Parts: sequence; C-alpha cells; structure tokens
Amino acid sequence: MSDQKKKIQTPLTREAAKALKAGDNVLITGTIYTGRDAAHKKMVEAIDKGEKLPFNPEGQIIYYVGPSPTKPGNAIGSAGPTTSYRMDAYSPKMIEVGISGMIGKGEVGPGVVEAMKTHGAVYFAAVGGAAALIARSVKEAKVIAYEELGAEAVREMKVEDFPVIVAQDAHGGNLYIDGKAKYHQA
Amino acid sequence: MREITTETITETVAQMCMSANFELGDDVYAALETARTKETSPVGRGILEQITQNAGIAKSEGVPMCQDTGYAVFFVEVGQDVHVKGSLREAINAGVRKGYEEGYLRKSILSDPIKRVNTKDNTPALIHFDIVPGDKIKIIIAPKGGGAENMSEVRMLKPSDGAEGVKDFVVERVNKSGGNPCPPVIVGVGIGGTFEGSAILAKKSLLRELGSKHPAPFYAEMEAELLERINKLGIGPQGLGGNTTALAVFITTGPCHIASLPAAVNMQCHAARHKSAII
Ligand code: SF4
Repeated sequence: MSDQKKKIQTPLTREAAKALKAGDNVLITGTIYTGRDAAHKKMVEAIDKGEKLPFNPEGQIIYYVGPSPTKPGNAIGSAGPTTSYRMDAYSPKMIEVGISGMIGKGEVGPGVVEAMKTHGAVYFAAVGGAAALIARSVKEAKVIAYEELGAEAVREMKVEDFPVIVAQDAHGGNLYIDGKAKYHQA
Repeated sequence: MREITTETITETVAQMCMSANFELGDDVYAALETARTKETSPVGRGILEQITQNAGIAKSEGVPMCQDTGYAVFFVEVGQDVHVKGSLREAINAGVRKGYEEGYLRKSILSDPIKRVNTKDNTPALIHFDIVPGDKIKIIIAPKGGGAENMSEVRMLKPSDGAEGVKDFVVERVNKSGGNPCPPVIVGVGIGGTFEGSAILAKKSLLRELGSKHPAPFYAEMEAELLERINKLGIGPQGLGGNTTALAVFITTGPCHIASLPAAVNMQCHAARHKSAII
C-alpha cells in the first residue's frame, strides 16, 4: 500500500491488471465504458445469444455508473460509482469475454473474484458520492448503446486521471477485508 | 384562515430540490473535516479529502454532489389554520418535477417495483404529512439515495432484548453494510412505535444537526457508546479501512406496545441532504 499514485492507460492488458495490488492508488487515463444493472442484463443476454457487444470488451474497463443529466457546457453530469454487488451476477461473464477492470463501490462477491483470478482482472473502488469531483476527470462522453435506458445507457467516456483505489486484485487481495482488519479495535 | 397558493408551494419545493442536492450542510462539512484530521488510514484520509473537495465543487458549480439525487422524501407539517387552494400533494409533486428538471437532477423513481418503469420526472414524492397548530406550512425535503437506503433494516426485537439487544442490532447492521452505504455514514435509529413507526422514527433521526446531543442523558450516552463501537469496527471511509465509519448515531424513541420492541436502523451516506422551509 502506498501513497504514490500509479498512472495507467486503457486498454488495460491482463498482465497490467495482474500487476495491480489491493491498496494501490491509481489514476486512469483513456477510454472507459459505463453500464449498470439494466445494461449489464442486456449485454450478458447478447453474449449468451452469441451477439456482439456494443464495444469490443478486450482489455476494457467498465464503470458502474448512472450519471445525472448533463448540464449544458459540461462533458457529463455528476458521475460517481454505484454499488457493485448488483452486477455480481453478470460480471464473471463480462470478465470472461475480455473486461480487465471494473470500477464501482462496495465489495464484489466470490464469483467475480474467481473470474478475476482465472482471467486476470482487477476491481477498483471510486469514491461513492464524490460525483462532481469525478465528473471533472471525464473529458468526453457519448451514449453508444441502449439509449432507451436513460441514465443506465452504455456510454463511452474519455477520462483523464480518474482517481480510483485498487480494492480487490487478481490474486485475492481484498482491501475491504485487510483494511478493515488493520483498523479494527477489539 | 390563512391562504397559501399552490404556486408558492411548487416554487419553494423546486428550489429546495436543487439546493438540497447542490449544497451539503455546514454541519456535515465540518464533521467531515474533523474526521479527516483524526483519520489514521492514509487511504481513508485521501477519501475524506475527495469528499470535502466534492462538496465544494458541487456548491460552487451548482451541480449535484452525488449523481444519485434520490427519492424525494418530504416531512410536511401543515398548520391547521392554513388553507391551500388546490391540491397540496400535487403542488409538492409539481415542485419535484420542476426542480429535478431544471436542476439537471437524476430521475430515479419507478412507477412499479416489479415492472420497473421509470416515471421520468422523479415523481411521485414520498410525503409524510402531519397536522400541527398554527397557520404555517413547514416543508422538509430529504432526498435519499439508494445505496444507503438499501442497507437499512427494521427488526422486531423481544422486550427482554432491552438496550443491549438494540445496541447489538445497530452495530451488526452497520458492520454488515461495509462499504455499500458510502461511509462515513450517519446512523439513524428508531426505537419503539410499531413496525412502520420505528422506521419513520429512524428516518426522522437523520434530520438532526450533526454535533447535537440527545436531550435525554440516557440516550445521549447510548448514542456516544454506539458511535465508539461503530468506529472501532475498522470499516472506515468507503469500507476500505479506517476509524471513520460513522460521523454520528442519532436515536429517536416513541411509545410502544407491551409485547413489542421494534427497532429500525436507517443508514445515511455522507451525502446527507436535507433542507427546510417555512411558508
Ligand atoms: S449512498 Fe449516498 S453518496 Fe453513495 S452513491 Fe448513494 S446517494 Fe451517493
């Protein structure tokens, strides 16, 4: 665990994902994709039917977010993370087809961790509720699929130094458990 | 009879929807700052810094501090000597519609919990009405995000569980919530009433000003003890470890049945939004 911030660039290869450790402070630059409950349901249905996803998932990072509407003049509305466990049913399949990183808040479940270990993927925590601050690192955003879902549509975002913390890594490292244990007072 | 127009109510509510979502209360901001100086985890300190910076940006730019701009929950006290020409409920809903549209706030309300169809204007609001003496209307708005609300619980304890049973329940609830309700949290506790009554008491607890003490020494002590136990859990900011898990524990009690001890925990994230107005 260090105070030093690691800069990473998307796409994130499996190898680069594996090199990140729980507790690392990371700044992400590049293109990321957004999706939450409804979009994940649709994407996994598409995979099951053998259809194409709205973007090539190879080495991509997916951000669990449903932004507020964009104010004129801004790239995006407030855009903090949503609770990740609601995507637990879908994430293993997304990782299997190429996703190497997820950004959300709160712990992801054992099924997702297994997939992260098997394929090499990492789970980042963004600060829940720091939505206006995070929006500043989003330079461009456009809806690329499922427009009818409104806030839940899939967006392609260009981000610069998006601040996240590696919460669960590809080797079973888990800051929700280790961090809590470290500061727990009996 | 004093008369109040529905336009006045709608306009006031629209403004409140926006200011509640843009401006974090000074009491919450101060509590976050204090927590940052006391937090021993470097990751935790970094997170608390992001949260206070975020509040500053939201306020100065007039954008929501969190993208989840919540369910519009209201507590409305209507003076019995007030006459509203038209529907008070509709006037409040019209205010929510206007405020959520003009403030670029997210619309998160579904008309049906199973069919899940978005009403697209964040209505209907959830309104708790109360009739009080006087010729004024007091409106409190407390937009509530899903993340923290989902970590809340009502439990029907046995009277023999007593204070210890309630305390264990509260600590267990916070512990199980981990990082999901966006800690640091404010823990609203309702003790007594009925099944639904305890939940409303818990929600009302969240309206209290941070830094305030419970007027009854017995409950003030219980709040302090709970806060200490919760902050020793180690959950910390965002659940990533630290000693700032909660900023406060607030208890509200009510009369209850001889056979019951209802208790409710309503979790509130650091985006603790509420505003009030008197018309
Ligand atoms: S729990 Fe609160 S701070 Fe976290 S995402 Fe929900 S509304 Fe925002």
